[in-house]
This record gives sequence, C-alpha cells and structure tokens, in this order.
Amino acid sequence: MYTSLRFLLLALLSLGATQFLRAQENPYMVAYDHNLEEPGSLEVEYFSTFGTQRGGPNFHAFWSEFEYGATAWWTTELYLSGQTTFGDSTVFTGYRWENRVRPLKNEHWINPVLYVEFEDINGADKILKEVEGHDVESDFLTPNAEARRERNRELELKLILSSNYKGWNFTENTLAVKNLSNEPWEFGYALGASRPLTLKGAAQKCNFCLQHFIAGVEMYGGLGDRYSFGLHNTSHYLAPGLAWNLPSGWTFKIEPSFGLNDNSHQFLLRWGVSYEISGFGQKVSQLFKGKNE
Amino acid sequence: MRIVAVAGISTLLLTSLCFLCAAQSKPEKTGPPSDFSELEKAPAKYRAKTNPLSKDKDSIPAGKILFEEHCAECHGETASGTKKAPSLRAQEVQTAPPGSLFWILSNGIVRKGMPVWSKLPEPQRWQLISFIQSLGPAEAVENKPPAKP
Repeated sequence: MYTSLRFLLLALLSLGATQFLRAQENPYMVAYDHNLEEPGSLEVEYFSTFGTQRGGPNFHAFWSEFEYGATAWWTTELYLSGQTTFGDSTVFTGYRWENRVRPLKNEHWINPVLYVEFEDINGADKILKEVEGHDVESDFLTPNAEARRERNRELELKLILSSNYKGWNFTENTLAVKNLSNEPWEFGYALGASRPLTLKGAAQKCNFCLQHFIAGVEMYGGLGDRYSFGLHNTSHYLAPGLAWNLPSGWTFKIEPSFGLNDNSHQFLLRWGVSYEISGFGQKVSQLFKGKNE
Repeated sequence: MRIVAVAGISTLLLTSLCFLCAAQSKPEKTGPPSDFSELEKAPAKYRAKTNPLSKDKDSIPAGKILFEEHCAECHGETASGTKKAPSLRAQEVQTAPPGSLFWILSNGIVRKGMPVWSKLPEPQRWQLISFIQSLGPAEAVENKPPAKP
C-alpha cells in the first residue's frame, strides 16, 4: 500500500504537477452534488471509515479515489478499496470506476447529473460508500477469508438532483444497483444539505477563514430491492460533516455517522484528505507528445 | 488469479489514461479566444443585475484572491488569457454588464470547457466580477512599446 502511494507521488512529481487549484468540496461522503471536477484537474483522495460492529470486531475500511475532470460536463473516477477487520486481517476489496455526466448546459433550479459506476469488489468490502437494498450491519460479521471469496460485479446507476441556493447546497440522490449475476435490482438513497460558514471571500489570504469551512449533514440508507421495496430490513444513517478547503489545494473532511435503526452500525467515523492538481491532463498529454506547447 | 486482476486493472487504467489524454489534447469545440458572444446570451433579468458589492472596499482584494485560486489556471495570472481560455481584459468583458458576467460564472459554458461556478457562493462570484472589471483593458498594458535600454 505504502509502496503504491510512494510510486503515485513520484509519478505526480515527475509530471511537474505543482500547480494547485483550491477545491470547493462539500462535506458529503456518500451523497453527490452536481458540481463536477474542473476540466483537466486530477483530485487524489484518501478516505477512511472506522466502524463499530455489534457481535463482531470493529473495522477500518479505506479507499483511494482518483477523480479527473475529462470535460466541464464529464468527470470520471477510479476507486481502490480495502479494509482491516480488527483481530482478523487486512484485505484489498476491489475497484470501482464511476462516471458523472451533466446533461444540461445551464444551471437550473434543480440540476440533474447522471451517474454510472461499474464495481468489481469482493464480499469483504466495508467502505459503505453507498447503502443499498437490504444492506445491514450483520452482513459484516463474515470473516474476511470467507467473505472475500464472494465476488460482486455490479452496475450502479444514480440520479443526482442538486441545487445551490443562497450559499446552500441541497442534494438528493436515488440509487439503483444491479449485480451482474442473477440478482434483483436494489435501491437506495442519499440526501444532503451544506453551507460554507461564511459566504463572502476574505480580503487576505488565510487558511482558517470561515469561507474555507463547509458544514453539512447527510442522510443515507437502503430502500430494499425489486421484490421487497421499502424500509423493511434496511439500514439508515444520519451524518453531520465538515470540510476544510485549504487555498493550497488540500481538503480535509470529517464525518461522524450515526445509525438510525437496529440494522445499522451504531457509529461510523469517516475522514478523508484530498489534493487537487490543476492542469494534470495537459501535462500528461504534453508528456505523450514529448514537447511543450 | 491475482495476476489476471492486476493485469486487467492496469490495462483498464492505461486505456483510460490514453483516452483521457486524447480528450485533453483535442480540446472541446472552443471558440476563438476573442469569441465573447456568450455574454450576449445572458437573459435580460441577469443583464439588469447590478453588483451588490461594487462599493465594498474588500471586494476587489477578495476577488483577486479568488481569481488566483479558481481562474488564473485557465485565464492566466494577469487575466490576459491563455490557449485554454480568453482574456478577461478584453473590451467586451470590461464593459459588459456585471449581471452578464455573473450569469456566465453561474452557468459556465460547459460545452466549451468553462466550468460552472455556482458552487462559489453568490457574494464570492460578485467579488470575482469586481476584481475582473477593476483590471481595465489589456491593451493599455500589453500594447505599450518596450522600454528602450
């Protein structure tokens, strides 16, 4: 893991990617808003989830994201995930490739974004990047050695509806997941609201100005599947969060999540760090062309 | 099995990288750097908007910082334009109604590569406009003959 990270950092440095771009990230860990990555920018992110588990050992799940703004209306992203279950083992749990596309040209009262993701993960995955179908806490009791034998290739579709109003962001995501083996469609949702602590920009450069902090709350959970749609035997979470967008391009996020029913983990603590590199795509294309334009 | 998975992921990554580089090196349909026709598309209700922060003394310095953080990458550090995006010191921008610039910032020109900046709160968008329109036309600076030694 550390070797891979070191390799990645060296690769980025060798590209001379030293320019930064201040991100304006909302604190959501599960919900998405309609703000896409700036074209040509690469955001490298690391996130962790510490989860409590009744009837079994707690766990620490982690994932890396490489989010790239292919165009102003299309963002593509690769995730690599793993987890450590205390007293058990640490395992790599798979990858996800997601794409978000903004179909409308202009900003509207409600802005739709279409989301398509392919997942190739094993049954030991615990990052809880989304909650779907009848996902419940007891699913995580299976020992890693056994759980990782289960392979899930899934197609995940989301409709993201998001609005910015007077500094607030409101977002609503509906989720449909199809395991590509013979399993029914599963459904889920995520809702979020957030706002910077102040709306005006400061007249001096500063790291701790209130404008750099965005506070918010999100709620997410499963909605059953095609044959048993609804809230029966599903889990739900409420999660207040804070994002700190530093002018240097770094963003830090923290989000405690609280389970809302007996099927949910009682407590999850999520945190993450990301760095945005502007002009990444241009630098890579120059590297391939072998000359500076 | 693991080797196959690693090979699969590597191939996927490499293919994606090549594809994205191609997309990047062949920019989207961009108008000529002097194409400011989008400004005229701003609806009348936006064109009529005035900058509520035009008299705020902090507006220009705050806008300058926001410009450096969000806009300089494409429009250049002096806002005089780059290959990626046009000069914001062109006459058309400097004399445009602030409401038109606000509309462009809020909506972007996504099919031509300009992102939507509605994620910046409204006051910050107005601060950016205060700064941009405080710069004045570039000609005054750039067309000045070089000083003789």
